[in-house]
Amino acid sequence: MIGVLALQGNFQSHLNILEKINLESLQVKSVKDLDRISGLIIPGGESTTMSKLLDNSNFVSEIKEFAKNNPILGSCAGAIIMSRNSFDERVLNLGLLDIEIDRNAYGRQVFSFSDKIQVIDGKNKSLCEVLFIRAPKIISVGNDCSVFALRNDEIIGVRQGKHFAITCHPELMHETKIHEMCFKSN
Amino acid sequence: MTKDTFKVKVGLAEMLKGGVIMDVTNVEQAKIAEDAGAVSVMALERIPSDIRKDGGVARMSNPHMIKEIQDNVSIPVMAKCRIGHFAEAQILEALEVDFIDESEVLTMADEHFHVDKHPFKVPFVCGARNLGEALRRVHEGAALIRTKGEAGSGNIVEAVRHMKMITSQINELKSADLSKKAEEYRVPLELIEQVAKNQKLPVPNFAAGGIATPADASLMMQLGAETVFVGSGIFKSQDPSERAHAIVKSVAHYHNAKDVLVASYDLKDAMKGILMSDIPEEEKFSNRGD
Repeated sequence: MIGVLALQGNFQSHLNILEKINLESLQVKSVKDLDRISGLIIPGGESTTMSKLLDNSNFVSEIKEFAKNNPILGSCAGAIIMSRNSFDERVLNLGLLDIEIDRNAYGRQVFSFSDKIQVIDGKNKSLCEVLFIRAPKIISVGNDCSVFALRNDEIIGVRQGKHFAITCHPELMHETKIHEMCFKSN
Repeated sequence: MTKDTFKVKVGLAEMLKGGVIMDVTNVEQAKIAEDAGAVSVMALERIPSDIRKDGGVARMSNPHMIKEIQDNVSIPVMAKCRIGHFAEAQILEALEVDFIDESEVLTMADEHFHVDKHPFKVPFVCGARNLGEALRRVHEGAALIRTKGEAGSGNIVEAVRHMKMITSQINELKSADLSKKAEEYRVPLELIEQVAKNQKLPVPNFAAGGIATPADASLMMQLGAETVFVGSGIFKSQDPSERAHAIVKSVAHYHNAKDVLVASYDLKDAMKGILMSDIPEEEKFSNRGD
């Protein structure tokens, strides 16, 4: 069973994707829900809000423990929270991936856009339609990370061990590829 | 790459789900809201309860004041334009606000037409009392619907009425003659068919108008709201910061009464509130726009 952190954000669209690829799912609202799942999605939303709600409910240490043996996928705000550093004291960084990330790096909502990205799965490359909503940018990638998604030459998806982080929203365009890579073949 | 598709606009509304959007009138309040965990702030010169008290024409806020708030918080910043006042909307778009609320709280600029929202890159939220109103706004290009409620009243009764009305009218579509409904609601048949099939609005559905306590927020979430707007309820209370934190927690954990209890426990008095029977029909904000 795969959990979707359901404190704030577009967790429902991730639950829909999990249903589409025939994986059982659970809304993760409290620490004890982590015991029932074998993978976790940290969805998009407002990273400041999610940080506040995570901090209030001693989720942080439990998610770090969970991450030692189970895959975590972070999208947009989720990627910011998984990163090593997002240079903003208002936001929590779990350090699950050795990346540095810059919040709202494309600008405000009028600069949000949809685009096709390239998804790299081993030797296979495919195109995927996604939305970038007030999206962050990955500005540095550690040596233990590998890139799994590109927008032209720009790195927008990084994996390290079992964990995946992507700065955009494949789930809002009903794309299942990245969820399958993280939870089916990982 | 495209910048202006409807999906991009609805995308931001998706990100705001499960959250609280707070009315703020200055930088200090905006920072309190962000620190409490608000997903967005609505920048406006006067909150609805003061607009009600002061009377006169209520217009778009001073851009300088909105800009100061944009410069001081990292969460999305919304602002209001008058119903039908597309020039105010253009100015707010030029200012790069993240969402425009075409709001009945401000004085109407056009008594017959709302803003044609399709040409804008910035998404719009509009209020609705019923399904017909909600779908007319979506057809005009709104990326997000909220109940009108009765802003500035501190009284939840109208928001409850509007949310239940929309829910029951969506349910009615299961067995209704859809072309008749399309005619009644003055929207294209395809839009009605989509709602009948999915049994939900084509865009997210939030609650607004009269929310003053964590319990009010929980009530609206349980009635199907996907996020709540809190206007006068926070900064007209005796403990804005504590109340803001409490409402954020209550929305995240609305399904768990113990969590809402804990969040509510030490709060001081909520805003006083007004009975609907004490507001003359012609002064009700929710009657503006159809």
